[in-house]
Amino acid sequence: MTRRLVITGLGATTPIGGDVDTLWTNALAGTPGAKTLEHDWVEKYELPVTFAAEVSVEPAEVLARPETRRMDRSTQLGMVAARQAWDDAGLSRPGDEGYDLDPERVAVSFATGIGGVWTLLDSWDTLRERGPRRVMPMTVPMLMPNGAAGAISLDLGAQGGARTAVSACASGVEALDVALEMLRKGDADVVLAGGTEAAIHPLPMAAFSSLQALSKRNEDPAAASRPYDRDRDGFVMGEGAGALVVETEEHAKARGATIYAELAGSGITSDAHHITAPDPEALGASRALRRALESAGAELGDVTHVNAHATSTPVGDKPEYAALRSVFGDHLENVCISATKSQTGHLLGAAGAVESVLTVKALHERRAPVTINLDHQDPEMPLDVVTGSPRDLGDKQQVALCNSFGFGGHNAVAAFRTY
Amino acid sequence: MADKNEILAGLAEIVNEETGLEVEEVKSDKSFTEDLDIDSISMMTIVVNAEEKFDVKIPDEEVKNLATVGDAVDFIANAQG
Repeated sequence: MTRRLVITGLGATTPIGGDVDTLWTNALAGTPGAKTLEHDWVEKYELPVTFAAEVSVEPAEVLARPETRRMDRSTQLGMVAARQAWDDAGLSRPGDEGYDLDPERVAVSFATGIGGVWTLLDSWDTLRERGPRRVMPMTVPMLMPNGAAGAISLDLGAQGGARTAVSACASGVEALDVALEMLRKGDADVVLAGGTEAAIHPLPMAAFSSLQALSKRNEDPAAASRPYDRDRDGFVMGEGAGALVVETEEHAKARGATIYAELAGSGITSDAHHITAPDPEALGASRALRRALESAGAELGDVTHVNAHATSTPVGDKPEYAALRSVFGDHLENVCISATKSQTGHLLGAAGAVESVLTVKALHERRAPVTINLDHQDPEMPLDVVTGSPRDLGDKQQVALCNSFGFGGHNAVAAFRTY
Repeated sequence: MADKNEILAGLAEIVNEETGLEVEEVKSDKSFTEDLDIDSISMMTIVVNAEEKFDVKIPDEEVKNLATVGDAVDFIANAQG
């Protein structure tokens, strides 16, 4: 028998809120997270893009000083979100009074797109400028992409496995697929799942610029991320982390946990089309959507809401529309779309995690968050996009999807159901 | 050139920066591993930072002989001498 899986805890640190309540309030109101960068390296390296969406609460304000010294910024952000989600779920750690979890039944699935890019590049600078003796011994555990998963497993005492999905901008949703697999296999009862990214560093900024992927709207950062808009010109680099506690329904009920929604299913496919460009026919994305619906046991008519990948690039938004149209057909008229990257920017490997948090909140609160900057909707993508004010999703049992697609041709879709 | 009290104070700052331990806890008779709970990775970080701060070389094979804070202070003082 398939085990039913539920979401019992949420955490996030993002450009529009350092916790889930602030993120949610801002996402309903419509809050641009992008700002002009004030770092001296922007001018020093003459970066063509001078803005990004940095987290609104610095991790150093939340974590203890020795912790920040031993973690790359990406792990710091992941740790902040993970602890929020764990506490929100009412779960304890080994050593806490009344600790009653079996640590071997607790696991971590924490993703990233790039990993410890700040540590890697800072250490390279240190080696070149000051020699090998000055390269710190924590460099390797800080830069490795599984650094966040490992550090979080230590923090929570999770001994049931600590895994890291790495699939560029699909990583955050793929982390949920990994969690689902661990739980359905019966390897764990509780999984802390999520994703993190901290790549607002001159090299990734220059590299994404070089790919022509970033918006160049330097004079108006708040208006730069504009998915589905006629005048979109690229994505806005963001940073942050999202975390969700996924557990078996049985385990959640036994401990009297608050259940936000069901993690009903997920779908993973790959395009095998092009290393960066999406397949214009969106066959891979369509198959991921169908797989997610099938694994969730959901009918097309059950779906009311999609948190879309919608990065605001000229070439990226259309294939996602094509995939939705091919899968949903006329049902698409009854599905409202939120493109929350219009507010948060694109959090790369954390995007799917933060957007899954928003999708779960939408189902639990029965309201879909807004899309900003949609002044002239591209007529080639006739979608019912939520703008202006949040959309009431109604009382009936329903399913919502969270889409994430990544360089490498990765397609990942998570399906959530009201509980 | 720093005297031993200055070296102790400087070392305490380095330890505080790396571990969060209060500078007052970093006394000459304290063992890095037993009393201050400093692992080998933190110890190497402290050593490298001390080398820079006091302009000395502390060879890797010497680090295992630095059991207490006082041992480190003496080694640095001699190395500077």
